[in-house]
Amino acid sequence: MTLRTERASSTLARSRISRWAIIGLFLLPAFALYAVFVLVPVAQAVVFSFYKWNGLGPMTNFVGLANFQRALSDPIFQMAATHNAIIIVLSLVIQIPFALGVALMLNRRFRGRAVFRLLFFVPYVIAEVIAGVVWRLLLQPGGLVDGLMTAVGAGDLYAPWLADPDTVLWALFVIISWKYFGFHMILMLAGLQGIPHELEEAAAIDGATRRQTLRYVTLPLLGPTIRVSVFLSIIGAIQLFDLVWVTTGGGPVDASNTMATYLVNWGFERFQLGYGSAIAVILFAVALTVGLGYQRFVLRRDIDGALTGGAG
Amino acid sequence: MKFRRGAAVLLTTTAIVFSACSNNSSSAAPSAASPSAPAPSGAAVSAAPSAAASPSGKPVTISWWHIQNSDPGLSLWATMAKEYMAAHPNVTIETTVLENDTFKPKLQSQLQGGTVPDLFQSWGGGGMAEQVEAGLLKDITADVAPWKDTMNAGAMGMYALDGKQYGIPFDLGMVGVWYNKDHFDKAGITAPPATFDELLADVDKLKVAGYTPMAVGGSPATWTEMFWWAYLAIRTGGTEAMQNAIKTGDWSGPSFVQAGKLLGDLVAKKPFQEGFLAAPWDGAGGQAATVAAEKASMMLMGQWAPGTMASTLPGNEKVKWNLGWFPFPAVTGGAGAPTDGFGGGNGFAVGKDAEPEAIDFLKYISSLENANRWGALNRGILPVTVGAESSVTDPDLTSVLAARAKANFVQLYLDQATTSELGGVINDSVATLFAGTGTPEKVTQSITSAAAGS
Repeated sequence: MTLRTERASSTLARSRISRWAIIGLFLLPAFALYAVFVLVPVAQAVVFSFYKWNGLGPMTNFVGLANFQRALSDPIFQMAATHNAIIIVLSLVIQIPFALGVALMLNRRFRGRAVFRLLFFVPYVIAEVIAGVVWRLLLQPGGLVDGLMTAVGAGDLYAPWLADPDTVLWALFVIISWKYFGFHMILMLAGLQGIPHELEEAAAIDGATRRQTLRYVTLPLLGPTIRVSVFLSIIGAIQLFDLVWVTTGGGPVDASNTMATYLVNWGFERFQLGYGSAIAVILFAVALTVGLGYQRFVLRRDIDGALTGGAG
Repeated sequence: MKFRRGAAVLLTTTAIVFSACSNNSSSAAPSAASPSAPAPSGAAVSAAPSAAASPSGKPVTISWWHIQNSDPGLSLWATMAKEYMAAHPNVTIETTVLENDTFKPKLQSQLQGGTVPDLFQSWGGGGMAEQVEAGLLKDITADVAPWKDTMNAGAMGMYALDGKQYGIPFDLGMVGVWYNKDHFDKAGITAPPATFDELLADVDKLKVAGYTPMAVGGSPATWTEMFWWAYLAIRTGGTEAMQNAIKTGDWSGPSFVQAGKLLGDLVAKKPFQEGFLAAPWDGAGGQAATVAAEKASMMLMGQWAPGTMASTLPGNEKVKWNLGWFPFPAVTGGAGAPTDGFGGGNGFAVGKDAEPEAIDFLKYISSLENANRWGALNRGILPVTVGAESSVTDPDLTSVLAARAKANFVQLYLDQATTSELGGVINDSVATLFAGTGTPEKVTQSITSAAAGS
């Protein structure tokens, strides 16, 4: 009897071990790739960020936290971070509601609906670099926008917006919205498709107005989609780089820098790899904090059990 | 300095270029090696007899990185390499050709990996100094002593540090004002301005005549703006004050503040094209395109300007209007000689592991005969071997050469004379004067404090 239980428990233990071994074995290739291409570089960047290093020769000049102090006290970096914050706010206040509105409209049945969907989604498909170059050409003096406005008699209203430090960020926001609202629109359209039509019908039978249906039926059910959309928008705005880099290069006079363009400017154009790494670490920390915080407090209901553990 | 504008393009093409590069080097090496000597790794034994046939010793491979990636320059370098290999059968030259904008990051990652090409493109100055400090370059002072006097001394000086030579130039140009003679005639300007005050007066005349007097690039090409401030500082304080600032990192001297004030006088006249703060140097709507299309009358730029202007026009043809060049005007009461120049050029730095043959190859390409071949192309490369000046016949370039001949001193571009970090700060600080957000004092302060940190 005792023999048998011993043997049984040892078989159980062995099968547990072999189960973990199999899981581990299957995870190993993916983990190895992840470690080599994500974890190690991140760790390396953290190490670099404690040195003053131009990339040539060995790292010998350990400066502790000086790179971080310098970044946080540099008015140009502060300005860049502020620009990120402005883009986040504008995206949430203008871009997302706009995308939602368009999605609601395109969710109705009418002729040519597919054409509109396609049209609004096209900017998202265009490569950032191409979009940036095209907008730059459109907006420059003598460009298409200038020409069109002059042709319709509104030439006086034209200004080289990208060339004015006071307007460049707003002009960029318009371009960013044009580029990305289609993506959010598609997300929300997909969310809207998932809402059973019966619920809206039931609300209508109960005497709800269109507005009330939207407020008390559609929007709450679209909640998970909107929360994901907001999340992607925030993370995108924090890491905003390519479109800005191509369109304005962060200029004129740093008026459109973001944290990421500042990072590339110092890290790879001026070859301050230590300082650039410190910026990268700051950027990473901000994105990670916002990302985890958002998941913990906002997305919690939507992903309950998937990431936060069944007990959470 | 042309790196910024290209970064955008780089983003899209990195993958293509890198794969193309690796194709180049892997396929070029064997084919170059096979006729004379087999590849060194595979067949050391069979190489011995052929080496015995040539008197000059053991097989040597020279790795050579240059950025003359378009014809006729590309072919000229290839021809010279072939000639040298034919004359020295034991030498194999492995050429890696890179585009200007891809060269810098590629070299940087190569150097980080610890492999230094034997010969590679260099602009001298602060970038070279950083490489010297990291122990990546070879001191070739003794090797070139016998023939260094056949070269332009100012150009050689750009590749020397503390009296030691680390590279050899093959080109030196000067920045000056390119202008539209037709516009000047119509505005009633009879002679190019000799002083800065005259230049300011000419700006007024051009405006009255309905022209946009000047073009400049403001973003991301802030180096085009730096040229103005640098030249004004050289004219005001002289080359000694400039050299001193570069050496000590103290840029707060009165001549630098004065340069900012003079620049302020110019900017206050609003002489630049509409939207210049967002204008690139080249490409559509850029500084070069604006002048080429006769939408502005002047620009301060280096010897490559006619070529870049041509590239913005259909058919890559030279501008049809009358192009002129004059040296940067004198500043009344300034300490600088009006003949002193500001510019730079191209050359090759010598890597730490380079064999003597690599230096001998540099001597070969620097010969009067080979320098003349470069000059005769008339493609903006102004040879620096003494006596080769006359090989250049293009009138746009001869005026630059004439000024170079008169210059006792040519200051290297500030963003290359200093570290890439400080250079960026100088460019961006000066840009605030053009945008009207900075003051002359603030500019010198931010440069000085950046210099203290670097």
